[in-house]
Amino acid sequence: MSEGSAANRKRVGDGAVTRAVLITLVLIVTAVVVIAPLAVIFTEALKRGWVVYGQSLVRPDTLHAVGLTLFTALVCVPVNVCFGIAAAWTVTKFSFPGRGLLLALIELPFSISPIVAGVAYLFVYGAQGLLGPLLEAYDIKIMFAVPGIVLASLFVTAPFVAREIIPLMMAQGREEEEAAVTLGASGWRILRTVTLPNVRFALLYGAALCNARVMGEFGAVSVVSGNIRGQTSTLPLQIELLYQDSLATAAFAAATVLAGVALLTLVVKLIIEKLDAERARLEVTRSVGH
Amino acid sequence: MFSVIPGFRLSLGITLTYLGLIVLLPIAALILQASDVGLVRYWAIITSPRTLASFQITIGAAAAATLFNAIYGLALAWVLVRYDFPGRRFLDTLVDVPFALPTAVAGLALTALLAKNGWFGAPLADWGIQMAYAPAGIVCAMAFTSIPFVVRTVQPVLEDLEADVEEAATTLGASQLRVFWTVILPAIFPAFLAGASLAFARSLGEFGAVVFIAGNQPFRTEVVALLTFIRLEEYDYPAAAAIAVTMLGFAFIMLLTVNLIQAWHQRRAIRED
Repeated sequence: MSEGSAANRKRVGDGAVTRAVLITLVLIVTAVVVIAPLAVIFTEALKRGWVVYGQSLVRPDTLHAVGLTLFTALVCVPVNVCFGIAAAWTVTKFSFPGRGLLLALIELPFSISPIVAGVAYLFVYGAQGLLGPLLEAYDIKIMFAVPGIVLASLFVTAPFVAREIIPLMMAQGREEEEAAVTLGASGWRILRTVTLPNVRFALLYGAALCNARVMGEFGAVSVVSGNIRGQTSTLPLQIELLYQDSLATAAFAAATVLAGVALLTLVVKLIIEKLDAERARLEVTRSVGH
Repeated sequence: MFSVIPGFRLSLGITLTYLGLIVLLPIAALILQASDVGLVRYWAIITSPRTLASFQITIGAAAAATLFNAIYGLALAWVLVRYDFPGRRFLDTLVDVPFALPTAVAGLALTALLAKNGWFGAPLADWGIQMAYAPAGIVCAMAFTSIPFVVRTVQPVLEDLEADVEEAATTLGASQLRVFWTVILPAIFPAFLAGASLAFARSLGEFGAVVFIAGNQPFRTEVVALLTFIRLEEYDYPAAAAIAVTMLGFAFIMLLTVNLIQAWHQRRAIRED
């Protein structure tokens, strides 16, 4: 870092050596801490060949867990997409006292440990909880059953869609919606034809992230599910059960399903980013053409 | 409410009802349950040796994990923003893996890697270092699950950084290290701090990844989240409520810290404009 070379260079860290060293270091650490864990899941699952892998996957209890996980995602993702849109519409299209507080409230589940969320749900719907006696009187079972799993998953993933679309809707402002109002469009029509098309990619990615998180939720669900084998085990709980039974290959086989979902989510993100970049380029070309 | 756009009451109504039922009701129930415990008993539960030990382990491991992610996250953000190289987009996508990958799967994978016969565990064992079923394993699990926080908060700020001050300082003969220290670091510091706080908060509450790798021995590798879970399984609801509400308190403090840092950052950005 002599003074002569510093004058030639404009920005910090542009030197060939600094650059090479930093990139190499980061790549090595990333290979160790991110790629190796991903790789080990698939190698462990396939260690004893494809046939054993297949057999480990189609165990009845694992298949049942897959079904329950899919069902939970099928309920939670649409609900949280609707909530995300309503919440984003509220905080980005209007100014009102308490807006900052509402924003913080929307993000709150992110900061709370899944275990705490599970315990909190137990104190609402459990036998000794707030609504416990009432539920018991009508013989409604929420805890240690599927409704509890759905509710806890809703809590944990509530902010995902909202958080993806709020910054974008904030940046896009209100002009387009206000113009639509002037032209006499109804609220629903504005939402459908103006607002949602503008955020469709972010909405899709938010839904994909929400889905990955619902399918993978462990802490909150392990508190509220009671973990009854073949009844209330979601896929992550099933992985733990198999692992505790020393059925490592079966545990890793089940883990490959969730790792696959995670990788698919990231592919969705890559595609969306590409589409977004293309759209931005088209818009630039169009504005230059004017 | 200042807007000509319709739908305020409906969307606010949906948002508040949903948040009330799904988020606030359980939190209120937890606080209610904990307040039933009573102050004396609460204090006894929280200051019992096993609870204190679990807090010590959790906070220590979370601090170590955050330190790792502060350095690695900053380097990662820097490399992603400042350099163009083949595979940069791929690296950027990899950053999100810990968010997309379920914590239980991460825990299982890290245990396989770090166990005595694992890819990393075996050579480390030769050196006499035990990672899995030891406090170091908890640090690894927490570090993995909170990788994206520092990167994703620092990255946009680093992207927006104007080149002029940096160039001027360099032209005036300041060394690169000095320019980094006096020009770049102060600009990204609030975002960096916010990211590190988020990573720390996440690590404090991490459960899925940790239970697989920790070995879960009381007084040695038992984290607070797990102790809460164990108290529940023992039907010791007062203890579970007391510990859970304390974790909730920690979460609120961390949330407040992050928001204050971000408010500070925004004020500074406005002043500079």
